[in-house]
Amino acid sequence: MSDYPAPVAPPPLSGRLPQPPPSPAKGIRHLTRRQFVVGAAGAAGAGAIGLALTRSSAPATKHPAVSAASGSGAGAAGKGILILVGLFGGNDGLNTVIPFQDSAYLSLRPRLGYQPSELLALSDGLGLHPNLKGLKALWDAKQLAIVRGVGYPTPNRSHFRSMDIWQSAVPDTEEVTGWIGRWLDASGTDPLRALSVGLTVPRALVGTNTSGAAVPLGALKLPGGSEVASGFAAVETPFAGEAELAARAAQVGADLLTVQKTLAQALSAVPPSSGPSGASTNLETAPPTTAPAAQGKNQGKGRYSTGLSAQLDLVGRLIKAGVATKVYSVTLGGFDNHAAEKDAHARLLAELDQGISGFIQTMAAEPKAPPVVVMTYSEFGRRAAENASAGTDHGTAGPLFVAGTSVKGGFYGDEPSLVDLDQGDLKFTTDFRSVYATVLEHVLGVDQKMSLPKPFPTLDFV
Amino acid sequence: MAENTRSEIAHLYRRAGFGANSGELDAAVARGYEATVSQLLQLNGADPAADAVAPPTFTNVNQTTPNTVAARQALNQQLRREGIALVSWWLKRMAVANNPLREKLTFLWHGHFATAISKVKLAGLMYRQNQLFRTMGLGDFETLVQAVSKDPAMLVWLDSNSNQKGHPNENFARELIELFTLGIGNYTEDDVKEAARCFTGWAHDRRTDAFVFVAGRHDDGPKTFLGQTGNFGGEDVIRMVTHSAASAQWVTSRLWSHLAYPVAPDDPLVKDLARAYAKDLDVTGLLRTIFLHPGFLSAQARQGLVKQPVEYVIGAVRSFGGKGENPALLGLLTQLGQIPFDPPSVGGWPQNTYWLTTATALSRLNFAAAVAAAAPAAVLAPLEGASASDRPAALAHLLGIDGWSQQTASALAKAPTTRALVTLGLIAPEYVLN
Repeated sequence: MSDYPAPVAPPPLSGRLPQPPPSPAKGIRHLTRRQFVVGAAGAAGAGAIGLALTRSSAPATKHPAVSAASGSGAGAAGKGILILVGLFGGNDGLNTVIPFQDSAYLSLRPRLGYQPSELLALSDGLGLHPNLKGLKALWDAKQLAIVRGVGYPTPNRSHFRSMDIWQSAVPDTEEVTGWIGRWLDASGTDPLRALSVGLTVPRALVGTNTSGAAVPLGALKLPGGSEVASGFAAVETPFAGEAELAARAAQVGADLLTVQKTLAQALSAVPPSSGPSGASTNLETAPPTTAPAAQGKNQGKGRYSTGLSAQLDLVGRLIKAGVATKVYSVTLGGFDNHAAEKDAHARLLAELDQGISGFIQTMAAEPKAPPVVVMTYSEFGRRAAENASAGTDHGTAGPLFVAGTSVKGGFYGDEPSLVDLDQGDLKFTTDFRSVYATVLEHVLGVDQKMSLPKPFPTLDFV
Repeated sequence: MAENTRSEIAHLYRRAGFGANSGELDAAVARGYEATVSQLLQLNGADPAADAVAPPTFTNVNQTTPNTVAARQALNQQLRREGIALVSWWLKRMAVANNPLREKLTFLWHGHFATAISKVKLAGLMYRQNQLFRTMGLGDFETLVQAVSKDPAMLVWLDSNSNQKGHPNENFARELIELFTLGIGNYTEDDVKEAARCFTGWAHDRRTDAFVFVAGRHDDGPKTFLGQTGNFGGEDVIRMVTHSAASAQWVTSRLWSHLAYPVAPDDPLVKDLARAYAKDLDVTGLLRTIFLHPGFLSAQARQGLVKQPVEYVIGAVRSFGGKGENPALLGLLTQLGQIPFDPPSVGGWPQNTYWLTTATALSRLNFAAAVAAAAPAAVLAPLEGASASDRPAALAHLLGIDGWSQQTASALAKAPTTRALVTLGLIAPEYVLN
């Protein structure tokens, strides 16, 4: 299989999650278009959505997002910008940050394992996969944190359930809102605060009241000219009493107008980077019409994008343009290597390495941009022992990377034992919600209570 | 009353097929709702229009041994072209089928047993799997699962060849249990591991593209699966999971979720329908029960599904008299994010809000503008001929939907041109919903 986008299931909301701040109750008749997002947004289907919730209105056209000229729109409310890199399919952490001095490693991985001489040695007996040269340079510059043994209690080995857990940050019950989505709920109405690059919005960015927007890598130009433009806004306006999904359909149309007006203008000031990664990021030109079946195996989430570097190039341009987005989501798929893993995984790590290190490098040259922090995550690591087909089956804990000039490089969390296993899988040492709590408080500058149901200790990596 | 029947039958055609044009609706209204359900479920015979679409020809890679880099590249190019031709073939079938239910159900099973050409590579194997859904998808569910589990594309997709005694590969066993038959929460991790042992030795013979059982790779020791212990093989696992009560609820919930509105497997309505289905695992019987259930015509169902891109595109193509032959369709579907034969994962395509993002709103607008620009004048004539205030209703009639909200109707009435009218109608929430 290639990719694992998290499916959107519609279970009821958990009652114990943080709720948006109460506002003066008004009747449904008084809902404005923007307020209606409250009812229509991401958790549509949950059925438990508060149509009666109201909030101050912020018409799309007055959206404060951009000012390409000032270049400071993004820094106002928080400290930095968070870029989430989703590794779909379950990244093999043991072959990413490799415990080469542990004799158990090569016994577990006779065919898949790397010899110590092949690795990029760090410390603590750990080394990076040979294709992570850019990350090694960031490590040497103390700009790469490696959080070890990240997972959660009672791990689930289903791609879908475990990715839902990572995105919702709620392991015990089914929860439709995401950890970033709940922060969106609690902090305003602007659809540009969180952007997903591609066609879909991952659950992490879905709130009860509002969700992040999706920005395609293709053309962001509305077709049809003025004949269609005037009718578009009128058709795409949710109204009181409209069926939930219909209102949601209208809302994303309205948000598209906001996104298009804001981003197309902003991007016109910042051309794509001229390198191989930027060349395919062509928001102003023709949409991609790559045929599906024609796509190669290792283009990441090829059908939604043209690779991680292209996605991050677009993110970099939006940041340079001063767009007020605080959280970006990009993805790289193809990690579910049950068979013949070694080469496929090596190619993916090379793409990851080039994407992240190139992005950090580019942004480091932008002194006026707010500090960016890139964080990887995956639904699980893989079984400690390789299987008979030179691949690995679904596992549990794994390392994650946090990179950026404002990051305090080094190891955080303990390395899981290769001997003391739980049914052949690593025991987690660091709860993933501690990582979330850390970036919420120290990157976005917000109280973790806005997002997490209970407090988690923060780490010192940023 | 007749208007009511027309609205109900239009809903039936949108869910059981890809929507009906006004001629199909007129004929169906004359027959009545129940008779139309029976007619849709009459799938034993041929479908002359769909069957007239010639399938692509496929390279027999087993007889091709490229020795040079250039030859390998040429072969890969050829395989890619065959993949594209395969998608086009199916889109054409959907666009012209006399009975759209057969293609719709094939599409639903494709999403249920989601297999992607991005890994399987060979369009010929994907074609065989597709024909399997088309010919076996209406009968006994266990028979269907037994066949899908030995289908070469599935064997490649979920790594069956590397599932061997002593070193099981859990990929197929896990997805069979979690996604195809039982649903999450109805098994343990040990069940997955034991089931993987049962399927050891199931393989795809690359020379003949046939299923083979390699006895030497099979683990014939005793296994404990779902609380029973025995020397089970793969067929036993499939029999046990498909006949369990949890599976009846899972399968019922999946079909109801795609035809009516999303439900959980433990929904009382599902439990009710699942009891009848559990007696014989007959898919046609289950479909009939769903289409005749009051809940299927409820407001919740009427407002409960967003058109998937394939439904959105094929519905429009059928309304405007197309045959699915426009080569631009594939690019537009790529923009919309749903390519037949290339689901994003073994979980298939998610539903509803998954398709409602700012990015897909733009893709829909691009598609709508393209349809409006290419629509034949003859199809647009009734719209041209109507007065400004009647044009929204004329468009709803053409698209096979009940009508518009006051707000949409008012915006449509102001559309300065017929093509702007069509564009706006296709992106309006009333049409985006199924």
